[in-house]
Amino acid sequence: MGPFAEASNIPLTTRDAVARMPGVAEAGAINFQNIEAAHAGASLRLYVIGYEPEHPGGPQRIAEGRGIGTSHFELVADRKTGLLTGETIRLGRNRFVVVGLVEGAMNAGGDPAVYVTLSDAMALQTELDPAAQRVQAARGVVSVKSASVAAVIARMAPGADVDLLAATVRQWKHLAALTQAEQEEILLSSVVDLARRQIGLFLGILLSVSAVVIALIIYTMTMEKLKQIATLKLIGAPDRTIVALIVQQALILGASGWGIGLVLILTVKDYFPRRVVLEPFNAMVLAGIIFAVCIAASGLGVRAAMKVDPATALGS
Amino acid sequence: MTDGEILIDVKGVAKHFGDGETRVDALRDVDLQVRAGEVIALLGPSGSGKTTLLNVIGCILAPSAGKVTLDGETVFDGQWLRRDLRRLRLDKIGFIFQTHNLLPFLTAEENVAVVLDLAGWSVEKGRARAGDLLGYLEVDHRAAAKPALLSGGEAQRVAIARALANRPRIILADEPTAALDGKRAGLVMDLLRKLAVEQEACIVTVTHDEKIFDRFDRLVHLRDGRLADA
Ligand SMILES: Nc1ncnc2c1ncn2[C@@H]1O[C@H](COP(=O)(O)OP(=O)(O)O)[C@@H](O)[C@H]1O
Ligand SMILES: [Mg+2]
Repeated sequence: MGPFAEASNIPLTTRDAVARMPGVAEAGAINFQNIEAAHAGASLRLYVIGYEPEHPGGPQRIAEGRGIGTSHFELVADRKTGLLTGETIRLGRNRFVVVGLVEGAMNAGGDPAVYVTLSDAMALQTELDPAAQRVQAARGVVSVKSASVAAVIARMAPGADVDLLAATVRQWKHLAALTQAEQEEILLSSVVDLARRQIGLFLGILLSVSAVVIALIIYTMTMEKLKQIATLKLIGAPDRTIVALIVQQALILGASGWGIGLVLILTVKDYFPRRVVLEPFNAMVLAGIIFAVCIAASGLGVRAAMKVDPATALGS
Repeated sequence: MTDGEILIDVKGVAKHFGDGETRVDALRDVDLQVRAGEVIALLGPSGSGKTTLLNVIGCILAPSAGKVTLDGETVFDGQWLRRDLRRLRLDKIGFIFQTHNLLPFLTAEENVAVVLDLAGWSVEKGRARAGDLLGYLEVDHRAAAKPALLSGGEAQRVAIARALANRPRIILADEPTAALDGKRAGLVMDLLRKLAVEQEACIVTVTHDEKIFDRFDRLVHLRDGRLADA
């Protein structure tokens, strides 16, 4: 399933083997782990990525500060961690200095990423191993996973055949090779799928509740206007004028709701625990749904309005 | 005042609600004629049938029997002779209410123009006529104000302008002065009289307001659904 969707363990030596393959420009080993670290009095969930500096697999674009320069105890953090360059944070037994910041680096669960060197990450992994394993290690039993990593990332030489290479790697029995596109597909269909379905369910419930609320508001607004509607009927307004009035009101309500909602989402989405990507298309679909809900909800108000007796305008 | 054209001609009109034990005879064999230029008052104790008669003349309520002719057109003779009663009201009748019943989300001028819009006038002509009417009723300085910001007298004059907008010759008023003080009530009645003469219209008013009884050409008394001459 690939290293991002499930745990994986391959020997570090695989990296050299991959790097030697035809068409591969360079290769780098990476591993990752979720850890809980204390920072500024709060506990911070981090997705620690270990990579080999000068090899692929490191941070894409440094937004602030610099990349990792020395081999030990430096890290590059995603902005969402709240860490600032120059700060230090304790991971395992050692303090790490934040030397750079990146944006948009996180795992599928939304935990922000920090990058450290592969050797630091491997040390960290051993320190955080269960006590029993540490006892074994102290007795001199060689840890099985001492030199294993989660994945090897290869960058292709220009013009090289990715699929051919992937097929070659797959022939090495226990190794899987995934292209960038395949990797994304797996994340979407397996890792994010459950979250997507949960959010879809919430969305469905919220929309149904909103529809009921909108219908009630329009109905109430119509009830408040019965005298006006009676007056309009009395002075000769046809039904279509009255229906237009109610529907227009419903649409104004819906449009302002949509506008306020959109502004609200755009202002708070960056503080949301998960990364939220709002595409213009989604906003348009939402507008369409709201439009349909408003029209349907107006039906209730229109029914009430049609029953109004014009004589009620003349009270005496 | 009795030489104008007959604008309202009600003949043998009866109206009852319910049947059997619960039957209420709200109007019995009512004959009433109102001519152009006339301003009349419908008087009578509560439950005597004033509202019912106004609703019948206003084509809001179908009588149980009788014949109603408005401005030369017989509109009811055992049944409605026109299908679109709202259009009939729009063309022939102007209503003035106890409270002004203006639409709160429209300005004074728009409240008048909306009737002309319904009657199929172009927007510019409608606005021009609305402006003229507000000027005629001396509230043109409030044309752009929403009803909530108008005083009682101003709002009632805007409501009168609305009633007159489509040049109806029959104006029905339901306690038009109930919400006004004595002086304002007198001014509104003067205005209605002026309208009746200048627009060759007739005005039928339901009222309890004794202060203004002397402003009418005729007082029509109803008792138990029958006309009782004063
Ligand atoms: N919609 C109705 N249903 C039943 N009875 C009614 C209805 N409208 C009026 N009535 C009855 O008809 C009679 C005359 O009512 P109305 O015309 O309102 O009198 P007024 O306006 O003079 O007080 C009253 O007895 C009233 O109860
Ligand atoms: Mg009454």
